[in-house]
Amino acid sequence: MSKIGVFICHCGENISATVDVVRVAEAAGKLEGVEFSTDYKYMCSDPGQTLIKQMIKEKGLTGVVVAACSPRMHEPTFRKACSSAGLNPYMCEMSNLREHCSWVHDKSEATTQKAIDLVRTLVEKVKYDKPLYSIKVPVTKTALIIGGGIAGIQASLDIANAGHQVVLVEKDPSIGGHMSQLSETFPTLDCSQCILTPRMVEVAQHPNIKLLTYAELEKLEGFIGNFKATIRKKSKSIDEDLCTGCGHCTTKCPTKKIPSEFNTGLGKRTAIYVPFPQAVPNKPVIDKENCLYYKNGKCKICEKVCPTGAIRFDQEDELVELEVGAVVVATGFDVMEPSEFSEYGYGKYKDVITGLQFERLASASGPTLGGIRRPSDGQIPQKIVFVACAGSRDPSKGKPYCSKICCMYTAKHAMLYQHKVHHGESTIFYMDIRAGGKNYEEFVRRAIVEDEVKYIRGRVSKVYEENGKLIVKGVDTLLNAKPVEIEADMVVLATAAVANSGAEELAQKMHISYDAYNFFSEAHPKLKPVETNTAGIFLAGACQAPKDIPETVSQASGAAAKVAILFSQDELSREPVVAVVNRSAPPLYSTCVGCFMCATACPYQAIGEELIKNRKGEVIKRVAKVNPGLCQGCGTCVAFCRSKSIDIDGYSNEQMYSEVMALLND
Amino acid sequence: MKIGFYPGCSLTGSSREYNESLLAVAKVAGIELCEINDWNCCGATAAHNLSRELSVSLPARNLALAELEEMDELVVPCAACYNRLVMTQHELSEKSEIKALIEGKLHMTFKNTIRILNVLQFLEKHIVPHLDELVKSPFKHDVACYYGCLLVRPNQIMKDVRFEDPMTMDVIMQKLGARAIDWPFKTECCGAGFSVSKTEIVGELSGKIVRNAVDRGAKAIIVACPMCHSNLDMRRPAIESYLHRKIDVPVLYITQAIAMAMGLSPQQAGTQRHFVPVNLTVNR
Repeated sequence: MSKIGVFICHCGENISATVDVVRVAEAAGKLEGVEFSTDYKYMCSDPGQTLIKQMIKEKGLTGVVVAACSPRMHEPTFRKACSSAGLNPYMCEMSNLREHCSWVHDKSEATTQKAIDLVRTLVEKVKYDKPLYSIKVPVTKTALIIGGGIAGIQASLDIANAGHQVVLVEKDPSIGGHMSQLSETFPTLDCSQCILTPRMVEVAQHPNIKLLTYAELEKLEGFIGNFKATIRKKSKSIDEDLCTGCGHCTTKCPTKKIPSEFNTGLGKRTAIYVPFPQAVPNKPVIDKENCLYYKNGKCKICEKVCPTGAIRFDQEDELVELEVGAVVVATGFDVMEPSEFSEYGYGKYKDVITGLQFERLASASGPTLGGIRRPSDGQIPQKIVFVACAGSRDPSKGKPYCSKICCMYTAKHAMLYQHKVHHGESTIFYMDIRAGGKNYEEFVRRAIVEDEVKYIRGRVSKVYEENGKLIVKGVDTLLNAKPVEIEADMVVLATAAVANSGAEELAQKMHISYDAYNFFSEAHPKLKPVETNTAGIFLAGACQAPKDIPETVSQASGAAAKVAILFSQDELSREPVVAVVNRSAPPLYSTCVGCFMCATACPYQAIGEELIKNRKGEVIKRVAKVNPGLCQGCGTCVAFCRSKSIDIDGYSNEQMYSEVMALLND
Repeated sequence: MKIGFYPGCSLTGSSREYNESLLAVAKVAGIELCEINDWNCCGATAAHNLSRELSVSLPARNLALAELEEMDELVVPCAACYNRLVMTQHELSEKSEIKALIEGKLHMTFKNTIRILNVLQFLEKHIVPHLDELVKSPFKHDVACYYGCLLVRPNQIMKDVRFEDPMTMDVIMQKLGARAIDWPFKTECCGAGFSVSKTEIVGELSGKIVRNAVDRGAKAIIVACPMCHSNLDMRRPAIESYLHRKIDVPVLYITQAIAMAMGLSPQQAGTQRHFVPVNLTVNR
C-alpha cells in the first residue's frame, strides 16, 4: 500500500493568486494512498524542503508529489531532498501547477479544479513508481568551441588554461570575428585590434587548443560528456604545413577587385587572400568562386610564385570526427541587411553606410587608414547624420527588440568623427539613449558636452539625394514636434543586430532551441543564462542575443566555467529514464520476439541484440537490448514494439494508463 | 469569371475621368466590369474617425451586395475606398465577433469569397498581359509615378509591396513605352483632406512633390488615387503660389496614360477634364 505525501507550493503568489491551494491540498489528502498533504508558501526554500524530509521520516512516505513549478526548474532540488531523507529520488515527482495552470488561467473554480486534477493524476503515477538508479557515463574532457570571435576566443582560452583540451572551429579563414573589424571600443576608446590580436595569437600558440579555421560543424551526435562531432574543413587550396605566410601569392594574384568581406565591401581583396594583415592563422585561402583557375582553368600564378610549393588546387574538403564532452556555441551575430531600408536609400546612395562600415572607415587598418572619407568620392564629409534604431525596435521590420549596442557605438562614431574632423558637424537621430553599463552614460554625456554631437530625439523618415547632398528628413519630437531636414554628406545607419543567416540550421543540427529571431535560447533567462536546454551545450556571446564586448566576454567565461565544472568529474550521472526490454522467468524469458523493429526506429542507435543462453552456453532466445548509455528515453521504440515488450523506466505504459484513468474515473 | 466594380463617390464626381478612362481601357481589352447595384459610401475618411462599427458596416454592405451578385473579383479604383473595403474584409475574416455584430446589423451574410483588387492589381492581372497587342502608340515620355500613401497600404494585406519604394506603377509605365524617373517622393504625403480645409498646407506638401518630379525631368506625373490627383492638379494654383513658379506638367491617372497609348480619344481618356491641361501627345 502506497503512502504518498503531497506538497502544494504557493510559489509566492505565482500559484496561490489564481489557484485555491488550501483546497487543492485538502482534496489531495482525501485521495486513496495519500498519507499526508499540505500547502506551503515556498516549497523550494530550506523550511519547505525540511518539511518534506521530516514528513518522509515521520510518516514513512513511499512516494512524494510536489505540486509547484516546472520540473525543469526544481525537480533536482526536490529529488535531492527526498534522497537525503532516505527515499529513492525517482519516487519523487513534480506536478507543474505554475506553467500548466496558474500562469495560463484566470482565478476561477475551474482553475482550482484543474490543479486538483493535475495532482490526482500524478498521485496515481507515483503509485507505480519504482526505485531507479542513475546511470554513470564517462566524460570526454575535450571541449568543442564553435565560432572564433571574442566569445569563442575567451571561452577557448579559459577552458584551455583550466588544463582541458579545446577544439576551436571557425568558419572564416581567420579568427577574430566582428571585434577584429572594430575601430575603437566604447567606453574607453581603446583600440579593438590592440586588445584582441594578442588573444588571437595566444589561441594559436596554446598547447591545449587545436584551431580549425575555414571549418564548420557538419553533424553533432551523442549527449553530455560524450558528443561526437563531425567538422567539415573546407578546402583552403593550400598546404598549411608548407605555407609560411610570406604573401607572395596575394601580391601577385591578378584578380584584385573582389569586395573584401573584412572591410564590409569598402575595400578590395584578391582571390587568394588573407582577410586582414593580423589574421590568425596568417595563411591565405583561395576563394574558388572568384579564382581565375577555378573559373576558367587558367592562371595558376600563385602556384608559380609560391616559394614552398604550398598551393594545392586539387585539395578537397575534409571531414574530421571529434569526440568531445562539451560544446560552447559562440557563433555571434550579423547586421541587418540594409537593403530592407529602401526609405534610407542604402544600396542606391554610396554614402549611406552601416555602422559596421563606419567602423572600417574609422579603423587604422581600414580602407582609408582611419580617415573618415565618403565612399563615393573620397572627400571628407563635413556633415554626418547617424540614424539609431535602423530596424531595431521596429515591428514593421520584424525586429521589435533593442539591439543594445547601437546607442553606444553611435555615440562613439560621432565622437571619433569629431576627433578626426574638428570642424565637422554630426547629428544623431535617436528614439531613446540606452546607456546602461559601467561608464556608459558618462561616455554619451562626453559626446554631447565635450564633442558637441547634436542629438535629435526623433525618427528619420527618408533619405534622398539632391544636388550631391543627402537630404535627411526626420522629426524632432522634443522641440514642438517639428519636421527637420538636414543636408548631409554621409549617413550612417545603426542597423539592427540579427542572428547569423545559418543560425537556424545550426541550432537544428545541435538540437538546441532558438527564439523567433533565430537567436539561440538559454535554458533559463535568469538562472541558466549560459546553458541551453540540451545538457552539455553552452552559449557565449551574441548568438544568444545582441550584446557588447564586456558582456560577451563575461558570458564566455561563464560558459567556460560550466565546461570546467563538467570536466572536473570523471563520470557523470545520467537520469535513468531509459527504455528497458522486459525480462521474465523461464520458459518465456521475455515477451520480446526479436523482430528488431525497435532498432530500426531508434534515432540514437541505442538498441542491439542480446542472446539468452542456457547453462551449456546454447542460445535459447534472441531479444533486443537497450544500451542505457546511448538511450535518450525518447520512447519511439515503445510505440514501435508490436509485443509491448519495451517500456521507459519512470514513464511506463502502466503509469501513463493510470494517469489517464485517474482523469476519466473522476 | 464575374468582375465587379465599386466606383465610390470620387469616380462619379471630381475624378470622373478616372472612371471614364478605366472603363474605356477595360472595354478595349474586352473585360466587362459590373458595377455593384445600389452600392453605398465606403465610409472614408469620416466613419473610421468616428465609429469603428460604422467604419466596418458601410464597406461590409458593399461586399455583401457583391457576394449576392456572385462576383469573383471586385475592382476598387479609389485608393481610399480600396483600403476601407480590404480592411473590412480582413477584419470580418479575422474577427468572428465583429463579423457576427455586423451581420446582425445589416441582416446580411458575409462569406469572404471575393478577391478585392486595387487599380494596379487589376491592371497587372487583366490588362498588362495584353498590352503588347493593345498599345497602338507608345507613351514615350519621362514620367514620375506617384503612389501617395494609401495605394501601397495596408501593410497587413500588401505584404509583397515595398511600401517605402514601390515599383508596380513604374513597371506598367515602362511597358507602355514611358521612362519612369527615379525620384524620392513617390510616397510622400500630398496633404490629403486638407485640400478642403487648409489649402496652403496642400500647396506646400504637394508643391514639394511636384517640384521634385519636375526638377528631375518628369513631363507628366502618373497617379492612381483621386485624392492625389485633386491635390496635384486642382490645387496647382496653391502649389504655384508656394513655389513661386509656374508649372504646367500635367497629372494623369495611369488608366488615362494607358487609354492614350491604346489610341483612344481625349474624350474617352477624359483628359479634357483636368485643371492643368494635358499637353502631351502620343505618336501614332
